[in-house]
Amino acid sequence: MKRWILAAVAVMASHAALAESSSDAIAQYRAMLADGNPAELWEAKGQALWKEPRGPRHASLERCDLGQGPGVVKGAFVRLPRWFDDTRRVQDLESRLLTCMQDLQGFDAAAIAKTPFGKGEQSTIENLVAWVASESQGMAFDLPQSHAAEKKMYEVGRDAFFFRAGPYDFACASCHGQEGKRIRLQDLPDLTTRKGAGDAFGAWPAYRVSSGQLWSMQRRLNDCYRQQRFPYPGYVSDVTIALGVYLGVNARGVDSVAPGLKR
Amino acid sequence: MGDPMRIRAKSSDGTTDVRVLMAHPMETGFRKDSSGKTIPPHFIKDVKATANGKTVLTARWSQAISQNPYLQFKFKGAKPGDKVSITWVDNKGDTRTDEAAIA
Repeated sequence: MKRWILAAVAVMASHAALAESSSDAIAQYRAMLADGNPAELWEAKGQALWKEPRGPRHASLERCDLGQGPGVVKGAFVRLPRWFDDTRRVQDLESRLLTCMQDLQGFDAAAIAKTPFGKGEQSTIENLVAWVASESQGMAFDLPQSHAAEKKMYEVGRDAFFFRAGPYDFACASCHGQEGKRIRLQDLPDLTTRKGAGDAFGAWPAYRVSSGQLWSMQRRLNDCYRQQRFPYPGYVSDVTIALGVYLGVNARGVDSVAPGLKR
Repeated sequence: MGDPMRIRAKSSDGTTDVRVLMAHPMETGFRKDSSGKTIPPHFIKDVKATANGKTVLTARWSQAISQNPYLQFKFKGAKPGDKVSITWVDNKGDTRTDEAAIA
């Protein structure tokens, strides 16, 4: 009996040691990869696509207004989502890019919204968000909350965050509402706190090593819905924008590191 | 002409450290697409690095190298301000050359 207990303790101890060294190894691997984040390749492409005349109207995106004035990209990422007078709604980066791609270049925004991630013009958006995010790298989140619609979207986002639904009765808060939680080897940030929200909202878009793809915030939210076994939210639907407002406002003052590097 | 690559080169004590990130799908030729068709091989075959016109590295790659390859190497004999140029040629005959100044 004693020998069995000793053996069991030895196995558990070695398991703990293994867990320690594997998370260290992952951290080391990520450090190696960070020097030359593949997201930089998407940034370079995005910068070129911003200037290139494209679409039925053969126009560039250089007059696109991301909230700081037409063509101003620096600082735009850390001030989105926000209210836009011309469309009379609160928009995030991707819905605003869709607006510009439709109004300036003549693309069909609804068709792009239906296109699967990574295909067709969705891959154009991947490149654009990587570059736009990089132009705000190191800047602190400073989402406006002055317009009534912006304040309302924060509340809607908060309610959506805590709303339990789906076959597992999950909410975003189920995984992201407490400190110190993890799923398998992935740490889960507490998105209700400033640091947690900042780490999460400021890390997407990100290059995901496991899939070799660049994921935008919309794609990340879409996958969260999939993981909860919820119906897919529509691309740039109001609920996804509201969640972005909730996260971004919670993250106020935290520096954005996007485009980030993820497992 | 392939997609642009990111080159960073730093010199210290006579040794130049070059880091290159290349954009390339590096298809092995073993993957199948969603309809079951095999995706044809598409990978970088040859890499050449030159500094001040002199070749400092040549490499012969195969499908074994991963997507968006990251290459790091060191060499002696260059100083800050010199140009380092990287060229790749793939199995379809496409090529890309980029250069950067050594910091």
